[in-house]
Amino acid sequence: MGGDRGEGGKFIMDSITEGFRRAFSLIFTLDIELLKIIFLSLKVSGTALLIATATGLSLGAFVGLKRFPLRGIIISLMNTFMGLPPVVVGLFLYLILSRSGPFGFMGLLYTPSAMVIAQSILAFPIVASLSHSAIVNVDPIIKQASMTLGATPFQVTLNIMREARYGIMSGIIAALGRVMAEVGAILIVGGNIAGYTRVMTTTIALETDKGNFELAIALGIILLLLSLTINMTLHLVQRRGMVKINI
Amino acid sequence: MSLRLTAINICKSYNGKPVLKDCSVSFDSAGIYILMGPNGSGKSTFLRICALLENPDEGKINYFSDIPIIPPLSRGELKRGVFSENNILKRDIELKRRITLLLPRVGVFNTTVFKNAAYGLKIRGMGHDEIEKKVNTVLEFVGLSHKKNHNALTLSSGETQRLGIARAMVIEPEALFLDEPTASVDQENTEIIENIILNMKGKNGSTVIIATHDISQAERLAGRVLIMQDGKIVETSF
Repeated sequence: MGGDRGEGGKFIMDSITEGFRRAFSLIFTLDIELLKIIFLSLKVSGTALLIATATGLSLGAFVGLKRFPLRGIIISLMNTFMGLPPVVVGLFLYLILSRSGPFGFMGLLYTPSAMVIAQSILAFPIVASLSHSAIVNVDPIIKQASMTLGATPFQVTLNIMREARYGIMSGIIAALGRVMAEVGAILIVGGNIAGYTRVMTTTIALETDKGNFELAIALGIILLLLSLTINMTLHLVQRRGMVKINI
Repeated sequence: MSLRLTAINICKSYNGKPVLKDCSVSFDSAGIYILMGPNGSGKSTFLRICALLENPDEGKINYFSDIPIIPPLSRGELKRGVFSENNILKRDIELKRRITLLLPRVGVFNTTVFKNAAYGLKIRGMGHDEIEKKVNTVLEFVGLSHKKNHNALTLSSGETQRLGIARAMVIEPEALFLDEPTASVDQENTEIIENIILNMKGKNGSTVIIATHDISQAERLAGRVLIMQDGKIVETSF
């Protein structure tokens, strides 16, 4: 038994070592399939982030700057939806976009557009909630100071958002981190079709299932590097936002 | 070039507690006015209302100018005073851009000293070269040229106050309101700021209204004096 387990462990280690060797080979030879997958991932996540930033930042700013009925409920919803389970988003989107669903006529299911919608839904509350927090934390004196200098309401809003810029950027970067690593929703609505809707995370899941570790490991390394880059950027943004006060 | 203003029967309450009671005064020529009174007498509220940052519950503020207020106030606005709107932000921006108030806490923006000082000009759509020239001059005037590329949040409280004055001065307001401009600074900076105010008086003929509770400061600035007590203007020297 012990010997079997030892041999099994050795087999897995060999597979992983071989996987790493071939993964680096794929990366350094700029394998075309690998590049296509990376490009689609960046395209889907980038587009989703743009949509989520435009909508989420607008909502975050509106809720942060205006007082209106149901504002508290909207804030609670934004915070709750930050933790939306991706598979649940995928399931609901699948039901809406499937042939018998209300938007089935648009034929979006199993297309990159459906993946963009799914990732936008996941990123939107993160951008909205973190932008809202950043904006409400701006000292109220900034609004008054801008007004005393003759700023129009729109200029006052822009100035408050400029003061909240580091917090807003943190929210956008956090949302990017989430969508880049997401697999559940896009697997359901994208279908993981080779050369069409297959992205890094769904490829890793599929290739691991098939026991083809090299492509999975290559993509895993790239995903980790991207994640590291995103987090380092986030760290730098947050550090820039902290001004050393020497009064 | 100055704006003159008249406050007519200004009343203001916060949470049912009256802060200003029927205050009327006319600032009808350029120069320095000192609004004196103990803490809590209503000086800050009165300045905020004169500077169009807040609405009174009753009464009105009328502005007059040799240069017409553009666009001119409507007949309705003239009749009701400029405080016809419920929301300060909707009020005539052209008039608001000819006055400014320096708050007791300056509220500097998280950017360089230069960009802070340039803000008022930038939002007025002034060209880059002109902004640079004006801001450099005003920073020199308040003694902050050497710090123009520093982040404004790193300044000392005295320097912050001087930046606040520079930010207000650069837009060349015709009416300038200063709310306790030296309350949070040391003796050295108090003298610097008072000198800036006195020199400013000579530079352009604007109306400068300063709220202070410091009698010796009122004497040094040698302006016309109004005394406030318990929300009322109890004495004027003009």
